[in-house]
Amino acid sequence: MKNLIGHFVKGIAKENPTFGLILGLCPTLAVSTSLANAIGMGCAATFVLVCSNCMVSGLRAFIPERIRLPMFIVIIATFVTICELLMKAYFPALDKSLGIFVPLIVVNCIILARAEAFASKHKVAASFFDGLGMGIGFTVGLSIIALVREATGAGSILGFKFSGNFEPALMMILAPGALLTLGVLIAAVNLLKERRAARP
Amino acid sequence: MNNKLLVSASPHIHTEESVRQIMWLVTLSLLPAGIAGALIFGFKVFWVVLASTLSAVATEALIQRAIKKKITILDGSAVLTGILLAYNLPPGVPLWIPVVGSFFAIAVGKQVFGGLGQNIFNPALAGRAFLMASWPGHLTSFSMPFAYDAVTSATPLALLKEGKAPEYLNYLDLLFGRRGGCIGEVCVAALLLGAAFLLLKGYISWHIPLSFIATTGALMWVFGPRGLFSGDWLFHILTGGLILGAFFMATDYVTSPLTRKGQLIFGVGCGLITAVVRLWGGYPEGVSYAILMMNAATPIIDRYTRNRIYGSQ
Repeated sequence: MKNLIGHFVKGIAKENPTFGLILGLCPTLAVSTSLANAIGMGCAATFVLVCSNCMVSGLRAFIPERIRLPMFIVIIATFVTICELLMKAYFPALDKSLGIFVPLIVVNCIILARAEAFASKHKVAASFFDGLGMGIGFTVGLSIIALVREATGAGSILGFKFSGNFEPALMMILAPGALLTLGVLIAAVNLLKERRAARP
Repeated sequence: MNNKLLVSASPHIHTEESVRQIMWLVTLSLLPAGIAGALIFGFKVFWVVLASTLSAVATEALIQRAIKKKITILDGSAVLTGILLAYNLPPGVPLWIPVVGSFFAIAVGKQVFGGLGQNIFNPALAGRAFLMASWPGHLTSFSMPFAYDAVTSATPLALLKEGKAPEYLNYLDLLFGRRGGCIGEVCVAALLLGAAFLLLKGYISWHIPLSFIATTGALMWVFGPRGLFSGDWLFHILTGGLILGAFFMATDYVTSPLTRKGQLIFGVGCGLITAVVRLWGGYPEGVSYAILMMNAATPIIDRYTRNRIYGSQ
């Protein structure tokens, strides 16, 4: 049980996909323009990650070594399609604002990396918690970036505008804003890690 | 007494010039253009320059203190960045614009890369590009010259972009700055005065400015509005930020090539991009983006124009 909690927690903190492993950056940079988008994207990726991790782990005895990557992709693509259709049916507005990045979850590096590095070598329960932890870690990372960008670039949080005459910096919701925010946040995380390591 | 001959490591002869002296002299050479700007647009210009400079110096000091480096605000490089950024702003901007812009210029344009000498892009232009992308409204409303209130007017290049010929201007007006534009770019005569000082003192060479201005002028002449070879090249040289950019920003030691050949390539590239933006781009003016793009190309230019070591192949 303790092991399972360990698998769950590491994705959120130490091996956070966004700030620790620096994986899955294309959706991170592209959809972090608003907090609502980030949470939607995070949930979709978490769903796919958990399902694909369980499936890969359950089938790991039957997947031949040499064709494992195509099989992982087929499994992931199946869940992405399910997720996309569900989103189109029940959250059409979110689907519209995420656009092409929903089908592109198929090639999200985190999901394939977890299938290859973790799920294909561990039991179903461990894989489930690993997927959930990584998914939540991804969502949290994405949400922090989106919070900064939406607040500075659009002058709002979750669509609610700041009162007063704050003039948002348009650039922060354009592409350069994403790279700048990500860079500053990674630097901050590394600084914290360094401080912690230096402490006796 | 048998050791009268002292041999030290080369160089044996060196001048007393230091980074600090050069930076302050470049700042001095920018003074006439600032005074001209204040005469043309009124005293508010002074506050913009002051806000920008103070913010640049404060940001530099704060960051160097935070990362426990030697504080080098007296070397004049932050002051120069602040002044150059202010010269690239319209005279009527709210005062928080230069403050935020200078913060960005020093923090992201310079200190992130490791401080003076390490930055890839000209910090002042990085700050301007950030402001332009973030608050385009403030950065494109220009006040009218000699109208000491909130009357706005378009720059000559913006008028040209909209298809309206700015007929009320003659070349003398452009030379002395009777036009809408940024604080430091309008008075070409004052800029040329400062540039002549720098050229005579040998702090900048003619290679980048001349190739930059000549390329822009030639292309604007060739691709004129009424068919080939009909362009008004003098108008295009005197308007926009070309003189300010070519003499004071493209020649930044840190972000331009080292060799003469490289500097010529750099200047021609800047001129080419400026002309392309003015002719076919979305913005009326392209000097700042041209310099930034060529800044990015500088390491490659430096690599391919390295001087041949004497005696080698």
